[in-house]
Amino acid sequence: MLEKALVGSRKYWLWLAFLGTLIFIGFLAFLAQLQYGLGITGMSRDVSWGFYVAQFTFLVGVAASGVMVVLPYYLHNHKVFGPVTIFGEFLAIAAVIMCLLFIIVDIGQTHRLFNVLLHPTPHSMLFYDMIVLNGYLALNVICGWAALHGEYKGTHYPKWVKPFIYLSIPWAFSIHTVTAFLYAGLPGRHFWLTAVMAPRFLASAFCSGPALLLIAILIAQKVSKFRVDPKAIDTLSKIITYALLANIFLFGCELFTAFYSHIPGHMASIVYLFKGLHGHTEWVIFMWTAWLLMAAAALILVIPPLRRNLNTLVLACIMLFIGAWIDKGIGLLTGGFTPTPFETVTPYRPTVPELLISLGIWATGFLIMTVLFKIAIAVKEARAA
Amino acid sequence: MDRRKFLKLAAISASLAGGVPGFFNREVKAKNYSPPPGALTARRWGMAIDIKKCWEEPECNDCIKACHHIHNVPNIPEKKKEIKWIWKDEFEHVFPDKPNEFNNLVFSHKPFILLCNHCKHPPCVRVCPTQATFKREDGIVMMDYHRCIGCRFCMAACPFGARSFNWVDPRPYIQDPNPEFPTRMKGVVEKCLFCYERLEKGQIPACVEACKRKALIFGDLEDENSEIAQVLKSRFSIRRKPELGTGPSVFYLIG
Repeated sequence: MLEKALVGSRKYWLWLAFLGTLIFIGFLAFLAQLQYGLGITGMSRDVSWGFYVAQFTFLVGVAASGVMVVLPYYLHNHKVFGPVTIFGEFLAIAAVIMCLLFIIVDIGQTHRLFNVLLHPTPHSMLFYDMIVLNGYLALNVICGWAALHGEYKGTHYPKWVKPFIYLSIPWAFSIHTVTAFLYAGLPGRHFWLTAVMAPRFLASAFCSGPALLLIAILIAQKVSKFRVDPKAIDTLSKIITYALLANIFLFGCELFTAFYSHIPGHMASIVYLFKGLHGHTEWVIFMWTAWLLMAAAALILVIPPLRRNLNTLVLACIMLFIGAWIDKGIGLLTGGFTPTPFETVTPYRPTVPELLISLGIWATGFLIMTVLFKIAIAVKEARAA
Repeated sequence: MDRRKFLKLAAISASLAGGVPGFFNREVKAKNYSPPPGALTARRWGMAIDIKKCWEEPECNDCIKACHHIHNVPNIPEKKKEIKWIWKDEFEHVFPDKPNEFNNLVFSHKPFILLCNHCKHPPCVRVCPTQATFKREDGIVMMDYHRCIGCRFCMAACPFGARSFNWVDPRPYIQDPNPEFPTRMKGVVEKCLFCYERLEKGQIPACVEACKRKALIFGDLEDENSEIAQVLKSRFSIRRKPELGTGPSVFYLIG
């Protein structure tokens, strides 16, 4: 089936070349980082995780969200999602690979990565994260490829795949739960020390991931003869709406607990992000943008005619994706590390090499996603013809 | 019960008992350690800092200088990326959980000595994915610089900011290297190790030795007759963020 990725329009190749260039630039920046050390980034003694770990966290959510099309189809027999599940699985593959790459570029001694396997440590949450992420990648490769191969051959996917599909459903929830546990179990980091961390992660993932999937499917419809049932888009947009509302609700719960209890440590990070602390206001504009975008998207999505209109739906999806990305891709980390254990503020700003490396990894993800989607669509087109 | 059934049941219960996930068990298992002859030993090493004695010499940095020289701690000019094993900070930063807007004479803006607390339940050890940081039976929270992958999970987990990361190669920033102690490479985490290498040779930690006012008291917290146990019994002391349950082994004598 791979041969389907090797034939395409001029636009297809230009897009791949563009992504390839970004990957190459990112790779060069990574070589510079290997040479110089992580001092090339904006991270510091006080903000010791930054953009890389934040992207990792956000993308675990995107990966997990593939389950939002797999689950209704396999557990609720929601037939219109049949042709879409493969895209959920392929989106998950691309996202998990990005996650793994973000971990690789974040660690200080890259070549010692496999010490995690050499000295397995069950009391570390990273141990479980490694298992669930790699397991999830394997599950999606197996399920996605087997299903597509079945379609290619004009047969049903083989029987032995079924247990893997069912396993992949709870597994999707596990990857984002364990990722939340990386943060939620640390003493002294008030912003992260919350029981709603995992539920909030899942809620923000289940709106932003399917939003990306929805946009990708609409693009696929534009550039190919592939068509999905409009009912599938409708269900997907409802899933996005509920998840976004849950995300906003859970954030409201955080605000209540922090500000009604009035415990300084619980308020400080939120004040820093939304108002500024000790004169440091670097992320205020970002955080307000994020939550205003998400609130506006929620407003569009809860009004049925606007949700059914593809233009406003896509607008809402883009808005909430950007909002969720800022909130989790920036706010979560800087808020968690600020104020420092000394109640001081050490500002963090990602550097240019740091952003180039991140962009390179995002481009890698989009390249994988493009190629996999291309194969899937070509197979489906061939079937239809 | 037949033999088969019994064996099955035994196997299941054994695997259940052995497989209880480590994260529910707050106590981190200490590593065996056999000290060489002549070494100073303890059941749980700890330190008490007599803060008023320390303030008698406001400009003194002897403990910091001694430690950082002996352990090849680099002097990184960029403050955000600095490396420190023992340092000074003011009361408000050291004890942010003890604000008192009416006490503006005794403690406000006064310097306190900071170092790794060698916690009884170290969260850094709990989160480390490679056991590069581990707790010894004598309470010292150790580092294996050769195993550390530089993921910095321990830095996120430490509520005391005791850990530093080598953002760049530290060697050019060591002015007067001590050949007796290893230098570190870029990409690993480091911190105070309670001078394990000196204890092995029967010497007290370098900072304790360097203090001319004898403000640092080092000893076995679990030995009733030790100086530290005696002084902690008779004088009022506080610890940093005890409410987090990590059980710091560094005490500040303030009474």
